[in-house]
Amino acid sequence: MIGPVRMLPKTWTGWALIWLGFAALAVVPFFATPFYVGLCTTAMIAAMLALSLQLLVGATGLVSLGHGAFYGLAAYTVYLLSPEGDAKPIWLTLPLAMLAAGMAAFLIGAISLRTRGFFFLMVTLAFGQLVYVIFHDTKLGGGTDGAYLVKPLISAFGLTTDVTSLPRSRRAWPAYYVALVQLVAMFAILVLLLRSMLGRVLEGIRVNEARMQALGFDTYRYKLAAFTIAGALAGAAGHMWAMQSGFVNPELVGWHRSAEALLHILLGGIGTLAGPIVGAFAFVFLDDLAQQVTERKLLVEGMVILLAVLLLRNGITGLRWLPNLPDRDPHASHDPRDGVVQQSREPEND
Amino acid sequence: MMAQLLNGLQYGLLLFLVSSGLTLIFGVMGIINLAHGSLFMIGAYVAFLVSKATGTLWLALPVGVLGGAALGALLEWTLFRHFAKREHLDQVMLTFALILLAEELRWVVAGSDFHSVPIPAILDFSVPVTSGFSYSAYRFAVIAICLVLALALFWWIERTRFGAVVRASAENPEMVDVLGLDARRVHLVVFAAGTALAVVAGVLAAPLTSVYPGMGDSLLIISFVVVVIGGLGSISGAFWAALLIGLVDTFGKAYGPSFQGTGALGTLLAALSGSSVYLLMIAVLLWRPTGLFGQRP
Repeated sequence: MIGPVRMLPKTWTGWALIWLGFAALAVVPFFATPFYVGLCTTAMIAAMLALSLQLLVGATGLVSLGHGAFYGLAAYTVYLLSPEGDAKPIWLTLPLAMLAAGMAAFLIGAISLRTRGFFFLMVTLAFGQLVYVIFHDTKLGGGTDGAYLVKPLISAFGLTTDVTSLPRSRRAWPAYYVALVQLVAMFAILVLLLRSMLGRVLEGIRVNEARMQALGFDTYRYKLAAFTIAGALAGAAGHMWAMQSGFVNPELVGWHRSAEALLHILLGGIGTLAGPIVGAFAFVFLDDLAQQVTERKLLVEGMVILLAVLLLRNGITGLRWLPNLPDRDPHASHDPRDGVVQQSREPEND
Repeated sequence: MMAQLLNGLQYGLLLFLVSSGLTLIFGVMGIINLAHGSLFMIGAYVAFLVSKATGTLWLALPVGVLGGAALGALLEWTLFRHFAKREHLDQVMLTFALILLAEELRWVVAGSDFHSVPIPAILDFSVPVTSGFSYSAYRFAVIAICLVLALALFWWIERTRFGAVVRASAENPEMVDVLGLDARRVHLVVFAAGTALAVVAGVLAAPLTSVYPGMGDSLLIISFVVVVIGGLGSISGAFWAALLIGLVDTFGKAYGPSFQGTGALGTLLAALSGSSVYLLMIAVLLWRPTGLFGQRP
């Protein structure tokens, strides 16, 4: 192997902390009330979405505001797969939802990635809005009001879990564990991916794309691969949302969802793979706490973001007392106009 | 047909007021302001509150210009100045927070209902254009005011000494500093001007669209499309792109649904009529990724 990966822990204590965290999540239902089991499931879904976006934001340096589109598209796929009201098994709905999200990400990425920097940000935002308009204005997915869907059956290898046969206090458990398995799987996939050649090239693109091009890498293809994978993974999160909540509406696709995922990354730490998970949990629980005190969700959310962006510049995982989690790279280019300067001064190769 | 043409023109000009500020602020400061749509919303609510309090809209215009410029200067001084060199993600998050706080403020001040804003009485009539066709005098007035503002902006940026410094700081900020010109003052003025333009657009639009929660959001995204098509940092690009978008969107929404029921293609066209603007953006991006008026790579 060629040296440590920036976004992963550098010492065994860092790894131990991460796996201890997952282990702690595995035993939460035994101690928590059904409400908190549900809240943890919500947090895990948010964590999955933020984690998939971290492949673009943290690993590649691409800030996308259209990531919610793939999340929502996957949820709508679940709805469209069971039009007659008969539940489909999860082994069918999950791959198809991820496929739909991945294909959409490939198409949108192919066009958006022709642009850089702020252009990319605006174009992904506009594409997200396009998907929103499609679901909002047409009858395809119930229009403005959204629609209820039949939750996929938790079924694999011929075994099916019938949620209704469980005692009331345990009905939230199956969805919880399905979400946890997916979250851990997604984390493992991303660890492998970051350690692979693709991950190294993406890191190179983040630091200096022009240099990677000079080295002979077709950076457009690598970025498109990352965008497509991130879209498909966001699809898994959207599928899980449909599974937990049982309905879809256009707000799922809207760009506020993407901004929230970005917030989770910022809150947890842009420089670490574990950051988005920490950020999502922190925010979901903070939000719940705040709503017990005040009705004003937006005020709380706005103030949290403002404080995070002003004071918590390396996120929660970047706080000093945590062992050896990597800091933001001081040498990385932070000039927001980089993309555009490159655009005007250097020839495009695509 | 004529009415749609004028509607498209008027919508496009309003879009220009919003997107010119967006593109100017980006070009000079390197900041992307997602809260620009919220400034438009603030303008619309200023129009609503002022016309409710005084019974006339006219006072809202100077309040919008001065208040908008003051708000812009305040935001630049307290927040945006410190974010010019920060990462994309930080800028996005800061401005997203401002959107949420603006929505919260809107709820505190005016609640969450739709409110209509009356058209000023002296403009509440129709101007006969041809025999059998007349058009709202207020919309004509909006077109005229927007054109005057656009011309003033062109003159300011292209013909004055200050405008030359603005263009220079967009091109090469270090050089402006080296030459002993105060880049910080340029940033402050540009941000204040951009904010005032968005607020004024909101004031003018209020009687046409009425005011409602989240009204800045959709406008923000359309303004981004304008900037993408026109080319980032280009005022003239923003102008032509805004007119193009205004016309395409108006005609798409007016005539698109009439294709319904004329075969599969017609149904598709009708379904896509609401997203004509985005399809236009895709076409431009495939053709010229830096926008129609952006610098060629």
